[in-house]
Amino acid sequence: MSRTARIRLFWAAAVVFAVAYAAACTGLPRFGTLAHPYATRAVAAALHQRTANVVSSVNFDQRAFDTLGEESILFAAVLGTIVLLRHARDERTGRPRPGRVLPSTRLLGMVLLPVTLLTGVYIVAHGQLSPGGGFQGGVILATGLHLAYVAADYRVLKRIRPLAFLDAADAAGAGAFAALGLAGLVAGGAYLQNVLPLGTFGQLSSGGLVPVVNAAVGVEVGAGVIVLLAFFLDQAVEVRSPEEHGTGGGG
Amino acid sequence: MNGAANGAVDEYLIVVALLLVTVSATAAALTRDPVRQAVLLAMLGLSLAVLFTLLQAPDVALSQLAVGTAVTPLLILLTVRKVRRAPGPRNGRDRRGDGARR
Repeated sequence: MSRTARIRLFWAAAVVFAVAYAAACTGLPRFGTLAHPYATRAVAAALHQRTANVVSSVNFDQRAFDTLGEESILFAAVLGTIVLLRHARDERTGRPRPGRVLPSTRLLGMVLLPVTLLTGVYIVAHGQLSPGGGFQGGVILATGLHLAYVAADYRVLKRIRPLAFLDAADAAGAGAFAALGLAGLVAGGAYLQNVLPLGTFGQLSSGGLVPVVNAAVGVEVGAGVIVLLAFFLDQAVEVRSPEEHGTGGGG
Repeated sequence: MNGAANGAVDEYLIVVALLLVTVSATAAALTRDPVRQAVLLAMLGLSLAVLFTLLQAPDVALSQLAVGTAVTPLLILLTVRKVRRAPGPRNGRDRRGDGARR
C-alpha cells in the first residue's frame, strides 16, 4: 500500500473512531456525580468483610480471581524476560568500572535506602487498611533496593541482591496466591473465597485472607521487579556482544 | 471549612492535572529520541499520579507513580544504553578477547 493510501486509511479510521467515541461519551454519567452503583455495593461488601481499604477488598477478596490473572501475567512477563535476556554463547561479561559518586548522593542513598525499604514493607503490610498493597509496596521495595546502585555502584547492588533466592521467591509468591485460593475449597466454599476469620475492622489482622494474599503478592512483585531489572541491568552494564570491544561504564 | 469553595478548587486542580497529562502525553508521542521519550514518560506518569490523587484514587496513584514514573522509564533507558553500546555487526572480524580487557 502506498504512503498516501495508508494516510487516507488512517484518517478515515480516525474520523470514524472520533465520531463513535464522542457519541459514546454523551451517554456517560456526568463527571463527579454522587450515584455510583458499583461503588455502593463494593463498599458495603468491604465493610461486611471488615476490610478498611475497599480497593484491597475488591482486588484480593471480591475480585481475587481477576488479580490472580494479573499476577500470572506479571510472572509470565518476568519469566519471558529472563529467557530472552539469558547469556548467549558468544556474549562475554566484563566487570563494570565503578562510577564516581558525589558524596551528597552517597549520603542521600544511604539514608533513603532503609527508609524506602521500610515504607515498602509498611505499604504491603497495611494493604487491607490504607491505600497501597502488595503490588505498590512490592514495586517500592524493588525500586528502593536500586538506590544502592545510584548511591554506590553495581557491585554493591549485586552484593545486597541475592538473585537466586529472589528467583525462587518470585515463583513462591505467585504459587502461594494460587495455593491460598485452595483454602476456600478445603473449607467447602469456592476457590479464593475469604474463609479465614475476619478479625476486627481497622486492625492489622482484619480482612481474613486479604492481608495473606497481599503479602504473597508483595513478595512476588518485589522479587519479580528486582529480577526483571537485574536482567536489564546485566545486559546494559555487564554483558558485551562479540562485536563490541572496549570497556563499558559502571554507572 | 467551606465545602463549596474546596470543591471548586479541587475542580480547578483537576483541570490543571488533565492539561498536564495531555501536554506530557502529546510531547511523549511527538518526541523521536527514546531517551527524551523516557523522561517525558516519567513526567506523564507523575502528572497521572497527581490526577489520580485529586480524583481520590490513591491506590492507583501509587501504582502509577511506581510503575509509570520509575520502572518503565528505567527499563527504556537501560535498553537504549544496551542498544547504543552495541555498534552492530562488523565485517566478519573475530574480536574475542577484547571484551574482558579493561
